[in-house]
This record gives sequence, structure tokens and C-alpha cells, in this order.
Amino acid sequence: MVREARPKVGRKARTKQGLVPTLTEFQAGMLEHKPYRGSHGAGAKRNGTNDRNGERKRKRADGDRESKYLNSKKTAGKAEKVDFVERSSVKKAKAAGDDDFYDFGDDDEQNGAASDSDSSPVDDVYDSGEDEDEEGKPIFSDDEGDTDLLESANMQGLKKAFKTVGEKDDDKEEDEEEVDDDEEEEEEVDDDEEEEDGEEDEFEFEDNDSDGLVEGSDGASDLNDSDVADEFDLEDDDDEEGEPGSDEEDVEINVDSKTTSILPSGQELEASSSIAPDIHLSRTRIQEILNVLDDFKKLAEAGRSRSEYVTQLIADIANYYGYTEFLAGKLFELFSPREALEFFEANEVPRPITIRTNTLKTRRRNLAQALVNRGVNLKPIGNWTKVGLQIFDSQVPIGATPEYLAGHYIIQAASSFLPCIALAPQEGERVLDMAAAPGGKTTYLSALMKNTGCVFANDANKARTKSLIANIHRLGCTNTVVCHYDAQEFPRVIGGFDRVLLDAPCSGTGVIAKDASVKTSRNEKDFIDLPFLQKKLLLAAIDSVDANSKTGGYIVYSTCSVTVDENEAVVDYALRKRPDVKLVDTGLVFGVPGFTSFRGKEFNQKLNLTRRYYPHTYNVDGFFVAKFKKMKKKEVKKEETGEDKKKQKKKETEDEEEELTL
Amino acid sequence: MRPLTEDETKTVFEKLANYIGRNITHLIDRPDDPHVFRLQKDRVYYMSEKVMRFATSVGRPELMSLGVCLGKFTKTGKFRLHVTAVDILAQYARFKVWIKPNGEMSYLYGNNVLKAHVGKMSDDIPEHTGVVVFAMNDIPLGFGVTAKSTTEARRLDPTGIVVFRQGDIGEYLREEDTLFT
Repeated sequence: MVREARPKVGRKARTKQGLVPTLTEFQAGMLEHKPYRGSHGAGAKRNGTNDRNGERKRKRADGDRESKYLNSKKTAGKAEKVDFVERSSVKKAKAAGDDDFYDFGDDDEQNGAASDSDSSPVDDVYDSGEDEDEEGKPIFSDDEGDTDLLESANMQGLKKAFKTVGEKDDDKEEDEEEVDDDEEEEEEVDDDEEEEDGEEDEFEFEDNDSDGLVEGSDGASDLNDSDVADEFDLEDDDDEEGEPGSDEEDVEINVDSKTTSILPSGQELEASSSIAPDIHLSRTRIQEILNVLDDFKKLAEAGRSRSEYVTQLIADIANYYGYTEFLAGKLFELFSPREALEFFEANEVPRPITIRTNTLKTRRRNLAQALVNRGVNLKPIGNWTKVGLQIFDSQVPIGATPEYLAGHYIIQAASSFLPCIALAPQEGERVLDMAAAPGGKTTYLSALMKNTGCVFANDANKARTKSLIANIHRLGCTNTVVCHYDAQEFPRVIGGFDRVLLDAPCSGTGVIAKDASVKTSRNEKDFIDLPFLQKKLLLAAIDSVDANSKTGGYIVYSTCSVTVDENEAVVDYALRKRPDVKLVDTGLVFGVPGFTSFRGKEFNQKLNLTRRYYPHTYNVDGFFVAKFKKMKKKEVKKEETGEDKKKQKKKETEDEEEELTL
Repeated sequence: MRPLTEDETKTVFEKLANYIGRNITHLIDRPDDPHVFRLQKDRVYYMSEKVMRFATSVGRPELMSLGVCLGKFTKTGKFRLHVTAVDILAQYARFKVWIKPNGEMSYLYGNNVLKAHVGKMSDDIPEHTGVVVFAMNDIPLGFGVTAKSTTEARRLDPTGIVVFRQGDIGEYLREEDTLFT
């Protein structure tokens, strides 16, 4: 797929896209058009041809899979046949009824022709061909010649196909051959296609689960093809009939119950790369591929590897949700396929608005009461925080109430409470916040320390310190010093802190719901540059801490990103580079443990003490928190003697390698 | 960052005394936790001595703010109080005016206090004296100077101005770009 061609459309746009009519709609359309028989006939014809064109495309590309379909037909064909009979008889009755109604009678020729196209789908598999030629005559004169061509070509194709099958297969197969051996089949296919359209629509609306898989997926792939074909062939579809073997392929696919071809072939990919990819289709295919991946052995197409499915799934996710394929792949690999989809889905939904009570000025109960009086609907966030409130709706702007201006609360994502809670600063300590703006965490730290001690709030961006200072003053934090250094300079400016909070600059993959530009703006380089910066900052943070602090000596590293490169890899690096720090429990009551190994990379086993947060599990922004303790020299020695010397040597060599790569 | 000169101290204290009168001594004499005034880029900050000591390590160009910003010196050498000082003023205020809930928003949008909006006010406030404006639930909203003394204000018609606004907490939103740097 060509990235540039991808339209930047979200899920919402889906509804604007034309949906295929449901079966009932379709029939209603039939009735409407009935008086103009000619046009209806043409319409029906066109539908059929489009579908067939699509099929043909796939057919061409999937030529090698043909024999497999034939094989599978053998088993499923018989059961399906009954269905066809029933279906077609119903249709026949309907068609007859319609004829009665709308029979104008004067125009025999047209009538006959029209009823042909109406009733042609009706024809049974078994009563093949007595007056096939006349009946099958289309209304348009162009097609008459084509029909012959088509017929002969079809016959050829069939013969070819069955030859190959016949070689392998037994008597049963031959029986079917006789049955199928006709032009009839083409009509049958048309019929089937119509039915299928209805079905797949239901599938679409119901958002079917696995039991709808077989039919739905068939329909969807048909839809896919016909859609693609539609774009090109609307005008000249009549000329394009008569593809050898294309029709019987249809039957095979519809009959086939197990091995569905969800994945597009190479040629389809080529075709779809030239036009804008269809989100609608991507959506369907995502579900189907997920179903296949759930039970890969059973549902997968033979000859297709799991990675093919995954690649296609990632491409579809990227297309459907508007990510670059790179980023979609990056995020996808963090989860199991189903969870990944939940994650992507959660990124489309905004997180609830949350506020933090400023305990320096008020209490949560009083604040809640005051806001309720202003017409705000709220409730406490959860058991894990005593200062958070979640806002459901509000009659007043929540960022401009007198309480807000008086600094009784600050609008702050629930996830950014976590690093402060983890850091747990004590009264009278000296704390550094290395990347502080806009001050949500800084003011929380200050509030936790009850305005005692000293909080250094640093931000590298001078423009952003404005909002930082504004928030600090509004919330009445008097123990802060605001500066704008590059945080890497930190131990040199002033060191010896009791605690350091590093909420590192990151790719923001956890807050895509807040800032959707991440979807397209992040590239591979970002995931090399940012971890590089984060590693440097984390080392600076560790160096800024006083190991001999009586109460502290802690470092908290957090990012609002979910990728491993920016989280576990950085923490692991710091553990290797600074043997005097160790990971300790974050003290947070919830969260998923961090990865101790990821895609072949082995991290320090202690990394299970770090915590990850995902939008789809806790309805907070994607987040990562790690807490370090800097040990005194004595403690370091103890730890070292405990460790294996060989291991250390290995580590050292690794370190050197790391330095080289850096 | 440097201590205030004598002149500067005088101007600042005169201004503060306008609102908190003799209570100014409470700002300076805090034996348990000594506080100091410091000047940094035209702005006067008030902070604990401990914080000040730590902040000496930070270079002058990089130091953006420390403690509480009281206000700034204008180019002509006058001192102008900022709304960031309202917490300190409210704590030691001599004269107070409380405004009713229906007048809160009007005041926070930068309007003067009208008679109709005054819920209550301290007795015997003289004319042209600094007052701190509160909401009825004792949230400090800003400060200003009285247009009329308390007794005169009683006779005022409802649309008459009681307090000229000088600073209000709505400035956190309105003046964010200019207020802090």
C-alpha cells in the first residue's frame, strides 16, 4: 500500500461511505425499478458482472489456489446444493409473482428479456440448459455476441479446471462435475452474489463474531473485489464478461466453508495501491484476521503463514485508524492481536476529564460540593487517589470557574498522578522535577510536601515555563524554584536532591487519544533519538540524587509512551550503567508489570517492578512508571558480592557495546 | 537575583502597607521560617530563606521564578502588585470586601465592584484604601482600592462603583502571556 495515498479519515467517516444495500433494500429497489424492466435488467446484469470482475481479479492472482478450492468443494458442495435449490425456488416464486403484478404484456420481446434476467438466477442447478441460449439472452445487443464468447470460454475454463481435479479426485467429484458443467452456473453465481450481498450487510451491521465468520468473510472478500472493480469498471463492465473459469471460482468460494481467502493477493494489493484504500473493507478484514489468528490452525488458509496475516492486519489497522504502518506495527507488537485492537480502539475515545484537588487550599469534599453547586457532574476517580475527581459533564467551563482561578484544583490527567504518588516526597525534602511544564506534577509534589522543603521545577523550553509559573502561583505553591536548563546539565547546576522525578519527553504513544498527530508524525528516527535523550536524562537524574539522603534517594522515571524502546530499554540501560541504583516497588496499587523480555531482548528481571498503564485496561492514558533507589556505597558493595562475577563481566562488555552504538 | 535596595524596599513596603497595614511585620518576622524578598529581573519575589539559598545555584538567565511573585517594578520605578500576591494579601488584609455570587464572574472578567454586588464589607474603610476582594465563601478573588468609604458606599445607588479593581484571579487566564515573564 502506498502511504501517501492513504486518506486521513477516521472511523467517523465510515458512516459517510456508501454501504452496500441490505437484502431488503435491494429487493425494494427491485420492486421500484420493475416497471422499467430494461433498466432493472441492466442493473442486475451489471451487479453480476461487477462481482464477477472482482472475482476474476482475485482468480487471476490466486490461480495456484484454485485446485484447493475444488478440493474443498468436494466436501462442502453437497450440503450447499440443497441450499441453492431452496433459495432458487423461493426466488422463482417471487419472480413469478412479480411478473404477475407488473405484466404489461404489450412488449413481448422486452418482457421476455427482462424476465430472463430476473428469472435467470432462479434456474436450478439440476435442470440445466434446454433453452439456455434464448433464456440467457441479455437485453443489450452488445452482449449477445459476448454471451457466446463467454459460454465457450467458460466451457473451456471448466474443462481445464476439472481436468486437473479429475486427475486427483474420485467419483463423487465427477458427479458434481456433471451438475456444474454448464453455463447455468454463471446465473447461479449472480443469484448467489445477490444473496451474499444481503448477508454480508447484516454481518457488517451486527459486527458479527466468529459464528458469522464463514459467510461474512466470503461476502466481505466479494465486496472487496466488487468495490475495487466498481471503481474502474462501472462504465465498461458489459464488455468484460466471459472470463474463463471465473464463475466457477465464485461457486467454490461460496461453497467453501473453511479456508476463506481473507488476505488479498499480490495483484489486489497492486490494484489497491493505486486507489485510496477502503476503510470499510479494512474494518471487516481486521475482524476476520483476528478470528483467524485466534485459531490459526483451523481457520488459516493453507499455504499462508501467520506473518502474512499479521502484516495484513497491521496494514489494515494503519489504514483504518490512520496510523503510519510503522507506528501501527510498533504498537501492535506490544499486545496480543485482540488486545492490540482494543488498544487502538481505546485511542479513538477520549479519556475522561479529571481534576486534582489542590490540598494546599481546599479539601476534596468541599471542592466537590462547590463544583456540584455550579452544575458539575463528578465523582471520585478511584480508590487509589484521594485527590482526584472525574468530571462527567459540566454546565460551566471547568477551566474557568472561580474555584479553578482560585487554585482549588487543576485539570490533570489521572495518569500523571501516578509518578507523583510513586515518588512519594516527604515533608522538608528537596525534590527535582526535571521536565516540569505545565506543572501538574510539580504542584502535586509541592502539595504532597505541604509547601515545605523545596521543589526545583525545570523545563528546557522557556515558553512552556510560563504555564508552569502560572500554575505554581495559582495553586499557591511557595516552595518552588523554576528554572529552564537543559535537564542533562543537572547534577552540575545543583545536585544532592532527595528525590528526582523525570517525566521524560517521549513520543506520546500513550496519549494518542489526546493528540492524534502522533499517529502520523512519529517515524523510526524518533524511536532512536528519543530513547537516546531519555537515557541521558535518566542518568542525569540518577546522578542528581543524594544516595546518603536520610529519607529519600529515590528516582522516578515515567513516560506517557507505551513503547518498550522508551521505557524498559531505557530503565534497563540505566541499571547497567549505574550499578548503584536498583529498581524498587513503585507503591502503586494497580498497573501491569513491565516487560522483563521483549522480542528477543532480555532485560533485568527486576523490571517486573515497573508499572505499565494502558488506555484500554484502566481508562487512563498510556503510561509507564519506574522507581529507582540509589544505594549508599555500603549497600552497593553488598549487592555486588552477591552477584556473579561472570555476569558482571558480561555486563561490562555489553556496556561497551552499548556505548559504541550510542 | 539580589536583595532589594533600600529605596526599592521602601516602595514595595509602602505598597504592601496599603493593603495589609502594620501586618507587614508578620511577613518579615517569621522566626520559625525566615522569609526574604528578592529581586529578579524587575520582579520581586517573596520566599523562604531556605528556598532562596538553594536558588542561588541557579544562574540569573535561567532562573524564571522562585517562591511567590509579589509584583514588578515599572520602568519609572513604581511598584505594581500582581495578582499572584493575593494569597499573602488575603492572609493579612486589613480591609475586606465580599461580593455576592452573582457578582463573582463580573469581577473575574476584570470589572470594578458595584454596590449591587457587594455582599458585605469591613466597617469604616476610608476612601482610596487598598482592600482585598473575597467571594462570599472566603475565596480571595483579587484586590483593589475603594472608591468610597464604607459609610458613603452605604448611600450609593446599586450601579455605583465601590471598589476599583487592581488585580483579580481572572488574570491567570487573561494575562498569562505577560504576567509571569
